[in-house]
Amino acid sequence: MRVCVVGCGAVGSLFAANLAQLEDVEVWAYDLSREHVDAINRDGLRLSGAGEVVGRPRATTDAGELPACDFGIVATKAMHTSAAVEATAAAFQDGCVATVQNGLGNEEAIAQHATRVIRGTTFPAGKLLEPGHVQWDVKGETTFGPFEPRPAPQEQIELLADACTRAGLPTQAVPDARGPQWRKVIFNAATNPIGALTGLTHGRVCEDIELRRLVSGLVDEGKAVAAAQGIALDQDPEELIDHAAKPEVAYDHKASMLQDVEARRSTEIDYLNGGIVRFGEENGVSTPLNRAIWALVKGLERSW
Amino acid sequence: MRACIVGAGSIGSLFAGHLATVTDVTVLTRRDEHARALNEEGLRVSGRHDFTARVTAASDARDLPEFDLGIVATKGNVVAAAAESLGGRFPAATMMTVQNGLGAEEIVRAHGSWPLVSAVTFMSGTKHSDTHVEYILDTPTWLGPYGDTPFERVQEIAQLLVDSGLKAEALPDLLPAQWSKLIFNATVNGVAALTGLRHDAHFAAQSDVGDLGHLVHDLVDEGKRVAAGAGVELHDDPWEMNVLATKRGSAHSPSMLEDVLARQPTEVELINGALVREAERHGVEAPLHTALYRLVKAREASYS
Repeated sequence: MRVCVVGCGAVGSLFAANLAQLEDVEVWAYDLSREHVDAINRDGLRLSGAGEVVGRPRATTDAGELPACDFGIVATKAMHTSAAVEATAAAFQDGCVATVQNGLGNEEAIAQHATRVIRGTTFPAGKLLEPGHVQWDVKGETTFGPFEPRPAPQEQIELLADACTRAGLPTQAVPDARGPQWRKVIFNAATNPIGALTGLTHGRVCEDIELRRLVSGLVDEGKAVAAAQGIALDQDPEELIDHAAKPEVAYDHKASMLQDVEARRSTEIDYLNGGIVRFGEENGVSTPLNRAIWALVKGLERSW
Repeated sequence: MRACIVGAGSIGSLFAGHLATVTDVTVLTRRDEHARALNEEGLRVSGRHDFTARVTAASDARDLPEFDLGIVATKGNVVAAAAESLGGRFPAATMMTVQNGLGAEEIVRAHGSWPLVSAVTFMSGTKHSDTHVEYILDTPTWLGPYGDTPFERVQEIAQLLVDSGLKAEALPDLLPAQWSKLIFNATVNGVAALTGLRHDAHFAAQSDVGDLGHLVHDLVDEGKRVAAGAGVELHDDPWEMNVLATKRGSAHSPSMLEDVLARQPTEVELINGALVREAERHGVEAPLHTALYRLVKAREASYS
């Protein structure tokens, strides 16, 4: 089996390095960072933290070098999905393309350039420490399922899930992967921008009773949009939020969007709260709080 | 009419400098070196007017001579401390508050039985040093009686301001103007503080779905519903005030934005907090202003 990870940041690296441990899987890593690609080809791709792994994927900045692949795993930031998949589309002409990205709309963007698409949600997380070296912060489940309008065959989805699981990233193939996706989107949309706008860590957001109420208001709107589409959440996002607020879990965690804002990088707000607003509109559900938060973070980006 | 200006920020300095051209003016400062500098150098006004006025300044209220008009021009969050320092003194004085938002009058009332005058000011200035303020916008100050203060008293004060070269108008009922500015400030200052945007064209932009003007408009509409619930007919439409202000050319940096950038306490309680409490009191739903209020409060909490 040949797999190409498209976008080899923190999450992409977790997949690339772990999958490269398997003898029956050949792994390619496509990334635009020349330094990162050179380091991977020279020294391997190293993970440290939750697991100590050195993988040896073949890395390239040139999509033209990619051979035909059975699977793509897209792990770019959501705003780069379209460009990344367009660039690499030739490698996946006979393959399936999965997303492990945050937010809503990635499957739709992938389906512009690929015919067999896998809806995916992943919870493992980390951060890029230096070229070729990623800190693995959080282990967690991954879920794959068909993207309904342009679905990958279920047996292919199971093959990819099995490879990931054997590589140390527990992954389930399910017939409807929207539940975990919306659970994560609702969680992220209700907490990430609040951290970004206030500068508070996740735990401090949650212990401010009034602010926690605003978080619940955002969750409720997301749940209503999911329900209107007939999506059954596999777990209540509220439980995840409270769980993450515990000192031993993620009390001191600065939301990735807060890290983005501090570094003045574009955020994924369009694909989180913006996605909830968009799907809400399509399904006749009003989402005033998500709309307000979306506008505030967009305003913040415009202030740079 | 001897005047005392309590708090010599940009607004206080504009009052002090101008009034000193027509009457005896004392200035109560927070810092001793500020008082000393004013006593030694006088107070320079530049910009729309250009002169240097003699004032008598002190940093301790016990050092102030008697006066007839006190203008409390401190920031909203230190009105209580300023009023406390005046408590029990200056029996001949009428006190005028010029803070943004609502509620400064009650705070002063808690510390003395002086007749009170409410005011909102639209003039603006930039303080270049302790002894130099630039007069930027020569828009008016509106005054009205608070409680049973006779309207004639308000008219005398307005006349004194006009004689000093400032624009001022006495209104029998200030609430319509106060509420127009309350809604304007709660919206513009809150959004500016959270986004980092100065009050610029973004606040009026409504061409794209993600434009900030939609949120600003929604916040203004919500504020108008609160005013209606409180039985207040607005003097000006806060949305039109917003659009007009963004067309002035150079974008104003709202004080709440300056405060969060400097990690200082803001006036959020007297402005956004006051509006949210009015909404609760009159049974009007205000989810967007509630969110804005909570977010700015949380931003303040993030300083420590």
